[in-house]
Amino acid sequence: MNVAHEIELAPLTELASGDVQSNFNFAYLDERTKRMIRRALLKAVSIPGYQVPFGSREMPLPYGWGTGGIQVTASVIGPKDVLKIIDQGSDDTVNAVNIRRFFERTAGVATTTHTLDASLIQTRHRIPEIPLQEGQVIIYQVPVPEPMQRLEPRETETRTLHGLAEYGLLHVKLYEDIAKYGHIATTYDYPVLVNGRYIMAPSPIPKFDNPKMHMNPALQLFGAGREKRIYAVPPYTSVESLGFEDHPFEVQRWDAACALCGAKDSFLDEVITDDLGTRMHVCSDSDYCQSRQDASRSAHGEAAI
Amino acid sequence: MYVAVKGGENAILNSYLLLAAQRRGDNRLPELSVLQIQQQLKLAVDRVMNEGSVYDPELAALAIKQASGDLIEAIFLLRAYRATLPRLGITQPLKTERMSLQRRISATFKDLPGGQVLGPTYDYTQRLLDFTLLASSQPVPTAVTHNTEEQPGRIDLAVTPRVVDLLNNEGLIETRPIPPGDPAPVDLTREPLRFPAVRSTRLQNLARGDEGFLLAMAYSTQRGYAHSHPFVGEVRLGQVALEIVPEELGFAISIGDIEITECEMVNQFAGSKTEPPQFTRGYGLAFGHSERKAMAMSLVDRALRADELGEPIESPAQMQEFVLSHSDSLEASGFVQHLKLPHYVDFQSELELIRKMRAASSQTPSPTVPGVTA
Repeated sequence: MNVAHEIELAPLTELASGDVQSNFNFAYLDERTKRMIRRALLKAVSIPGYQVPFGSREMPLPYGWGTGGIQVTASVIGPKDVLKIIDQGSDDTVNAVNIRRFFERTAGVATTTHTLDASLIQTRHRIPEIPLQEGQVIIYQVPVPEPMQRLEPRETETRTLHGLAEYGLLHVKLYEDIAKYGHIATTYDYPVLVNGRYIMAPSPIPKFDNPKMHMNPALQLFGAGREKRIYAVPPYTSVESLGFEDHPFEVQRWDAACALCGAKDSFLDEVITDDLGTRMHVCSDSDYCQSRQDASRSAHGEAAI
Repeated sequence: MYVAVKGGENAILNSYLLLAAQRRGDNRLPELSVLQIQQQLKLAVDRVMNEGSVYDPELAALAIKQASGDLIEAIFLLRAYRATLPRLGITQPLKTERMSLQRRISATFKDLPGGQVLGPTYDYTQRLLDFTLLASSQPVPTAVTHNTEEQPGRIDLAVTPRVVDLLNNEGLIETRPIPPGDPAPVDLTREPLRFPAVRSTRLQNLARGDEGFLLAMAYSTQRGYAHSHPFVGEVRLGQVALEIVPEELGFAISIGDIEITECEMVNQFAGSKTEPPQFTRGYGLAFGHSERKAMAMSLVDRALRADELGEPIESPAQMQEFVLSHSDSLEASGFVQHLKLPHYVDFQSELELIRKMRAASSQTPSPTVPGVTA
């Protein structure tokens, strides 16, 4: 993120080529709106995990489909950025394709599917398997920013609870899970304590991804368009998943390996391959899977020569 | 063998073509013009202008055409367009007592200054399908009027006092004086909704709110979910002048007329420690001819004033967070329909969990697996 982007912006006429829409501002949003969102982002970065209300705009994509992430991306993107968009870990799902196309049309920036080549990554429901680097920005699409909403739907109440750091509700919920099932029955959007102060919804990423947020060198930004909230985790910030001493936080493990690349360390999706219900497991992170397949193919190729 | 979900872009572009074909329908039939929609589907246009928050019949008609008549989709199109427009100025408060009326109904007084004017309404049509409309090109008869001096359905009074103002002369109804300093209202299109929300903010939210949702909320207040003893003080439909005060002039000038529907609902109020028994008011205002919307809005407005009037807050229609957070059709439609998006990852997580729970429960005699909330 670079707050001075506005000054660096190339004139629109230079950017308008091919399919790029020249009748909209760079990255669709007008500069005043971007400034408003950047102010919210600065506040969010200053108070890690705190939900900053912002004047979310009606985007040309539906609420609930990534409008928060899109507004954050549109506010921090510059012409030199390289953008990667993933949904469920994959660059190829229709919503990811659609949002990528939106930025190709309105900003004309370079896009990539390679995690390491991207300066900005907008994601829905996953964190890439390859560790993020310093200087990268990951932008999460957030449906429900309030981690206590399902326990207390009134925002006036949850705001007070955050103010007092009174998070008993969440601990009781986890405790009740243990009492009922013997283990914590939350598998995604698993609440985290950020910088020892605010409890935050990590967005519906699987809890498998939660540990990746901790002390991550990349800047993590969260946009909730429908609920009109922005929050952030600055680089190298502690992000602790809730748990108990006798029932610590645990991530999912699979007995299987990815059927395509053989990975045993990645989040695996189950795919049903015939009408008898035969299943196979494949990596949810399509770029990770593909690069592993490419690497093994070229290794085999070299061996053959 | 597993086929990765590739080719999303082609699928999307193809969906555009299929949608265009669906929208056009049979090519042998003449295409609907935007002007036809604007003229002949006026009430749909009015609803789209209301919830789209843009007074522009032509663009609303265009949105309806583009959305194949799906009004919520049309509202979405108009809102997304609206979000790109600058705010150029703020109008003066509407002087609805000076509006040129096409229709004016009071349920509280049999006759009153300005009179009752039925005007264009479906109210007393007997809802029989009119098969003559199946045939095209029916000439439209003009309205018959007994008083040839007057234009049909027009009230020619420069000022038609509002019913609430008449009650006010007797001190029987609450007054709403302009608050000290006359603070500018919050604009929900620029600032997020915060709770508790003041009345002007609530009214803006309701004005943009989904008609169906408001109707159901209003209906609930009549069925015991919030005490409400409402009377239609007045519903009026007509043209009202929009005025702005340009800085360089310093006085108000009219920038044109808009058609609006206004509803003043009069409600019983038993009084409180500080207030004598009197009537209270609920207010509804909508673009165009939108009586159902304006009336529902006025009932919900009154119910949401429970806190201010010291009434117990027990029913959904009285709860600000419940009503105002769920009234917007864009937010509701987007979030409900986002369930169509891929959820492979979350579902995978739940699949693992359910298996784990079933494995655990098969070891113990309890066969029921509680539902997992997602």
